[in-house]
Amino acid sequence: MNDAPAISVQNVSRDFEAGGQTLRVLHNVFTDVKAGELTYLVGESGSGKTTLISIIAGILYPTEGTVSVFGTDIYQLSDNDLVRFRLANIGFIFQQYNLLPSLSAAENASVPLVAAGMARGEALQRSRAVLEKLNMTDQAEKRPNQLSGGQQQRVAIARALVHEPRLIVCDEPTAALDAKSGRRVMDLLREVALSPDRSVIIVTHDNRIFDLADRILLMEDGRITRDGVDAMEH
Amino acid sequence: MTWIALRMLTGDTQKFIGLIFGIAFSTLLITQQLTIFVNLIQRGSSAVYNVGTVDLWVMDPASRTTDVVYPMPSTALDRVRGVAGIAWAAPYLQSGATIRTPDGDLEGVSVIGVDDSTLIGLPRNMVSGDKAALYEPDTVFVDDVGAERLFPPGVNPIGKSLEINDRRAVIRGVVDTTPTFTSQVILYTRYSNALSYVPGTRNRLSFVVARTAVGENIQAISSRISKQTGLKVRTRDEFAADGRNFIIENTGIPVNFGITVALGFVVGVAIVGLTLSLFIRDNIKQFGALKAIGVTNGKIRRMVAAQAGLVGLVGYAIGVLGAVAFVNGSASGGGFFKGFYTPWQIPLLTAVVTVVILTLTGLLALRTVLKTEPASVFR
Repeated sequence: MNDAPAISVQNVSRDFEAGGQTLRVLHNVFTDVKAGELTYLVGESGSGKTTLISIIAGILYPTEGTVSVFGTDIYQLSDNDLVRFRLANIGFIFQQYNLLPSLSAAENASVPLVAAGMARGEALQRSRAVLEKLNMTDQAEKRPNQLSGGQQQRVAIARALVHEPRLIVCDEPTAALDAKSGRRVMDLLREVALSPDRSVIIVTHDNRIFDLADRILLMEDGRITRDGVDAMEH
Repeated sequence: MTWIALRMLTGDTQKFIGLIFGIAFSTLLITQQLTIFVNLIQRGSSAVYNVGTVDLWVMDPASRTTDVVYPMPSTALDRVRGVAGIAWAAPYLQSGATIRTPDGDLEGVSVIGVDDSTLIGLPRNMVSGDKAALYEPDTVFVDDVGAERLFPPGVNPIGKSLEINDRRAVIRGVVDTTPTFTSQVILYTRYSNALSYVPGTRNRLSFVVARTAVGENIQAISSRISKQTGLKVRTRDEFAADGRNFIIENTGIPVNFGITVALGFVVGVAIVGLTLSLFIRDNIKQFGALKAIGVTNGKIRRMVAAQAGLVGLVGYAIGVLGAVAFVNGSASGGGFFKGFYTPWQIPLLTAVVTVVILTLTGLLALRTVLKTEPASVFR
């Protein structure tokens, strides 16, 4: 593992306007995430974990504070540069997978490469190679509705990994899966996604998989209140 | 990303067909109605174009079209012939009459009297019979569409007798004409015969049709005739336009067809707009995910444009081909639709309307996508 912080969150706050009132959902959050680390963001609903991961992933501007991802102060980038930065450096895994229903598994996994301008044939070749690593070779040509939940999540993982990003953010990756499938997906994610120069941050409620974390950040009322693998034991 | 956009679109078969139906229906309706409108209006000039080799139509100043005529004294013919630069001038009579068919039915007809000696005023082509037969006594030629109306299918009209105002007329030829706006049966006969078939007032001459001498300027001759005779003179194309304009100005046809075309547009916007927004709404999570992954708004715009383009292309092709097939099929069947065609300007106009419909609805749908925050996929 590399000791240098891959992600640095400095004094980040976020306000939302609701019913004419300003609501602060993140309060001056400071944290660092190292490369090669599997970090969980846990907490009750409304604790601010989704807001924080959105800000870290570069898809939600903070009201104040800075976020540095592998040395780039991402909110100093122009809108278009930030989009390009996400495309090159961040992989997303969503709770509901958000696969395109009319595309095959291989085509779905190839989307980030195609979005980056890679030719369709080459993109498909690379996405099939990633699906192979995830034991999905036989399912590569199937559409999402022909796959089980676990298989769909593997396709989503392939899509998040195919362009070899340095940060992977996951939103409740096991929420829609049974315990066995969830465990298998997390094992796979740890095995395939984690590497010395890559960080994985997972937002989860699922205490069945807490033992797989390198680090757990507990959030309460928009603040990180505990930090460490034993954060949930208190 | 274009192929992804198109796969997203075609993957949802129901909505894809709905979108294509919307555009195809709208295109079909607009193209078909505009085609019928244009052809119907052009019927206002078919009586003029049915007469070949004529440069100028001379008439009483009160006359407006071939159907709205104030007859002139027969001396008008000699006055026109006396104008320098005229190659020839011939009398032309047009009048309404009622005939009794062999079955005893009554039918309103238009009787046209052409020059006794030269037969100037007859259409160029005969469907059956010989033009020379018109020199025989009591002879009339009937137009081909009129013949279909007067006689049941399979019955040869040649040799059949009609009764026009108590006078016998024998059909000895069928002429090839474009039906007129009123779609009346047209009977052609010699001018002297026409005078006896259609009794009327002292003045009977409807028009003098004339041709300018070789090398003469038509407009100059037109002005000269008008100046010397005090009669109204119109060139062939001017008089054809008068016929069309008369219909536009004096009937509700433009308004009625205009309403149908507008309805086609509104239906197109409604169906396509609704289906496209449903399609976008159903895929909003996917679009959000794409934006989070790193697909720029520019690429999203191009994706929606590609989707709209495919729908437009397929829907337009189906609609226009359907309308053209309808018009051509109807025209080949003869009758009312004889001579109907689709002017190239109409599909072009429909293409513009299709682009407008898709741009309007596409922009509305795109607004939703562009407003979607990528962070929404985490909620």
